[in-house]
Amino acid sequence: MQDVENIVNGQKLFLKPEYQDVFKNKKQFESSAGSTNPEKVIEVAKWTTTWEYREKNLAREHITINPAKACQPLGAVMAALGFENTMPYVHGSHGCVAYFRSYFTRHFKEPTPCVSDSMSESAAVFGGLANMKEGLRNCKALYKPDMIAVSTTCMAEVIGDDLNAFVIGARKDAEGELDGTPIPAAHTPSFVGSHITGYDNMMNAILQELNMVEEGVEVEKDNERINIIPGFESYLGSLKEVKKIASMFSDKIVMIGDHEDQWNTPAGEYKLFSGGTPLAVAKTARGAGTTISLQKYSTQATAKMIKGDWKQNYVTCNPIGLGGTDEFVMKLSELTGKPVPSELTKLRGQLVDAMQDSYPYMHGKKFAIWGDPDFLLGVVSFLVEMGAIPVHVLCHNAPRKNWEKEMQAILDKCTFKEECHIWGGKDLWHLRSLLFTEPVDFMIGNVYGKELYRDTKIPLIRIGFPIFDRHHLHRYSISGYEGALNLLTWITNSVLDALDEETKEIAKTDYFFDCVR
Amino acid sequence: MTTETLLSQQEAAIAEVLAAYPEKAKKSREKHLGVDMPEGVKGACDSTKSNKQTVPGVMSQRGCAYAGSKGVVWGPVKDMIHISHGPVGCGQYSRAGRRNYYIGTTGVDTYVTMNFTTDYNEKDIVFGGDKKLKAALAEIDALFPLNNGISIQSECPIGLIGDDIQAVAKGYKKESGKPTVAVSCEGFRGVSQSLGHHIANDMIRDEVLPDNSYKKDFVSTPYDVAIIGDYNIGGDAWSSRILLEEMGLRVIAQWSGDATYKELTIAPKAKINLLHCYRSMNYVVRHMEQEFGVPWMEYNFFGPSKTTESLRKIAAFFDETIQAKTEAVIAKYTEMTDKVIAKYRPKLEGKTVMLYVGGLRPRHVIGAYEDLGMKIIGTGYEFGHGDDYKRTKDELSGSTLIYDDTNEYELEQFVKRLKPDLVASGVKEKYVFQKMGLPFRQMHSWDYSGPYHGYDAFAIFAKDMDLALNSPVWAHTKAPWESN
Repeated sequence: MQDVENIVNGQKLFLKPEYQDVFKNKKQFESSAGSTNPEKVIEVAKWTTTWEYREKNLAREHITINPAKACQPLGAVMAALGFENTMPYVHGSHGCVAYFRSYFTRHFKEPTPCVSDSMSESAAVFGGLANMKEGLRNCKALYKPDMIAVSTTCMAEVIGDDLNAFVIGARKDAEGELDGTPIPAAHTPSFVGSHITGYDNMMNAILQELNMVEEGVEVEKDNERINIIPGFESYLGSLKEVKKIASMFSDKIVMIGDHEDQWNTPAGEYKLFSGGTPLAVAKTARGAGTTISLQKYSTQATAKMIKGDWKQNYVTCNPIGLGGTDEFVMKLSELTGKPVPSELTKLRGQLVDAMQDSYPYMHGKKFAIWGDPDFLLGVVSFLVEMGAIPVHVLCHNAPRKNWEKEMQAILDKCTFKEECHIWGGKDLWHLRSLLFTEPVDFMIGNVYGKELYRDTKIPLIRIGFPIFDRHHLHRYSISGYEGALNLLTWITNSVLDALDEETKEIAKTDYFFDCVR
Repeated sequence: MTTETLLSQQEAAIAEVLAAYPEKAKKSREKHLGVDMPEGVKGACDSTKSNKQTVPGVMSQRGCAYAGSKGVVWGPVKDMIHISHGPVGCGQYSRAGRRNYYIGTTGVDTYVTMNFTTDYNEKDIVFGGDKKLKAALAEIDALFPLNNGISIQSECPIGLIGDDIQAVAKGYKKESGKPTVAVSCEGFRGVSQSLGHHIANDMIRDEVLPDNSYKKDFVSTPYDVAIIGDYNIGGDAWSSRILLEEMGLRVIAQWSGDATYKELTIAPKAKINLLHCYRSMNYVVRHMEQEFGVPWMEYNFFGPSKTTESLRKIAAFFDETIQAKTEAVIAKYTEMTDKVIAKYRPKLEGKTVMLYVGGLRPRHVIGAYEDLGMKIIGTGYEFGHGDDYKRTKDELSGSTLIYDDTNEYELEQFVKRLKPDLVASGVKEKYVFQKMGLPFRQMHSWDYSGPYHGYDAFAIFAKDMDLALNSPVWAHTKAPWESN
């Protein structure tokens, strides 16, 4: 008999004992052999899966276990690589840089240029000025960058190196070799914020450095010009798609910090730098009418600078999911004064058509999801648009107050909002307890979710950063209408994969093992 | 290519690379580059400067002391919890990136692939984090009651702000009765991960080996050995262990791949310590020799020639029973590896290789390539010392470019000039060379294949090298409409 609290279709219905009895009864008249009465496996309830453990786990304050965030300089490296011929330069030990490069390389399956000035004990005692003097010159001589974007490590921050003075000193010392090379410098201590803070600080530093104006000099304004800052975006396809949508409105919309090509270079030859926003373009960013940030929480310092110093119109749009993309498109229409092109209306219609085709497989399914604050706002809003239930929304690096409020507003639109929880500042070991005590049907997150998958058996849909153990997902978009279609495709088909997996046992569970869906 | 042409090309490559540097950097770098030959005159292996400060501003492939301690030596000890003490990044970037395989229930009785961190924030830097660390230790024990010890791996800020983690560890050890080890392996110490290995070894020496609790009841046999310096990447230690067991030895400890705290403490009970990665663990085997009288021996399990040689060397330490059994083991596996060679050597014969790795591999894997008829024309260490280069000399069989702490710029130029058929290095270099259409294998992680140690593993190694060199994908690099 169905349980009205949990109405199931045939896939699970026929597993109920009364149906199994029906099958058994029929079986006695059949000639086939085999038992239809498999022994029930009694699971030993493990303590780590209990509510008691969960309470203990959620109460911890001092140890972080399996975090869902990284540290500032990583984000600074991404921001720097969004500019043409720019070498990210980390003022600190080369050990940190080895980590940043490996991390990005493992995700994108692409080389990641970045240098350090190899600070060690002597720098810890005497400061890192000597390292920077030599390092900037070597960097310029070997790699011939047009810009060197300097960020710091926790080491440099703890010993209190005077970054701006160091850059000026190194420049003076370089016998002219660094003249004309912009060297923006950002403080990116690893013990503050996370990788998205580092992205923000570096973006802010680069924009300020390139757009410095002397007192009394008028900035050349072009009010039709629009800057788009993508934020810490690990989906290269998203960058491409945002640019495509923007180009439908105006050729005066430019992406500032465009790292699409850097991590998508063709075979045939190796080039250190690829693509990126031309410095000439970045230098005129201040004169634009508006800057649009696609990630509010990855660009907070940058926003403050642009609004305050540049006195520029600054808006944030998060073009993930249907509503997010609609907002972005309407904002572009509003800012450019052009109607939405029919091509976009068609793309939107195609997306909605696809959503209407697939919604039954997402509707009412329970999800756990984790990632960066802006990523979550986008993908969770899409889940809600599809009628899915984001039961656990976990953000380790959320600016707690505002972000949680914004996320709550999205969850309030969910049909099952009372089942949804926001877990700000929590890690993936917390999530493990949540998953055992309040299970979900699917998880959405990065590679580290595979351990949760192993422990809980809840299928993992890999969307996020980093993803080391699957190939090429970063090439796709999760933004715009086509990005939403990708999200829909991945999630729906994962649901169907799970359905097939559960119904594949021959003569046991293979009702609902359908060829047509 | 004749030896003379190869030599002149190698020398030209060095000159070319040096020309790009500013004067000061050039002076430093030229001491790390050279050519060497197997016999005769003194070459680069005798004179190369190593274990020195990296030139600032270049893309060095080196890691840091924290990576050497947490990532290499301590991290694989599976029943202990290793705290990355400091800000969140170091632990996150090193999480599960090394394939130190182990058997156990992760999060319940084993913890290798997890990331425990005190996640320092600004106020910890300002006020110090000793209290936080102490509280973290207690929280760990409450949530993971089956852990057999905790190590504290310090990140850069800890040493700089002067937190007394040794005192915290001592206090907690006394209070809880549990092994608690503070390792001062801050990333800025030393010039690479190498010092981290040393510091990690010293802490095993001081904090682990004196623990007699498991030694007391240990019943020895004449055939007890310990595997030291095998991190079980892709299961290497397991494919090594099987051979030792087949030849009649009893492996009482495995350091530190798939290791447990108990194995660390009973290693001094071995009749001999068998050392695979000299660079990372020579310190502690020397100590065990001095303190406990346990002799040690280096061995090399890459490729059948070296494996056989090593097995005989190990057997010679024991009696005739072992020696006879060892010959039987060698005979059994030689039949198999001969078949592997017969299958793959014709496809790989004469191909040239450039290596750039850490630890022991820049010399140890040479024999394995040679078993397949391949030739090493360049090799170097990320963090080797003088004694590593001296040991390398014995392995060379032709004119070889030697590069210490080479960076991405140099390696790229060397490869472009010498045009090897295969580059074998790490993940940061991998895609640089693949973009050029050059076959590549990651020799840190076995490119997510392996194991590569021992006879069975050689079959995998041979298959992987064939896969790398003879894949049809490399032929697609140039479009048909592009001229050569």
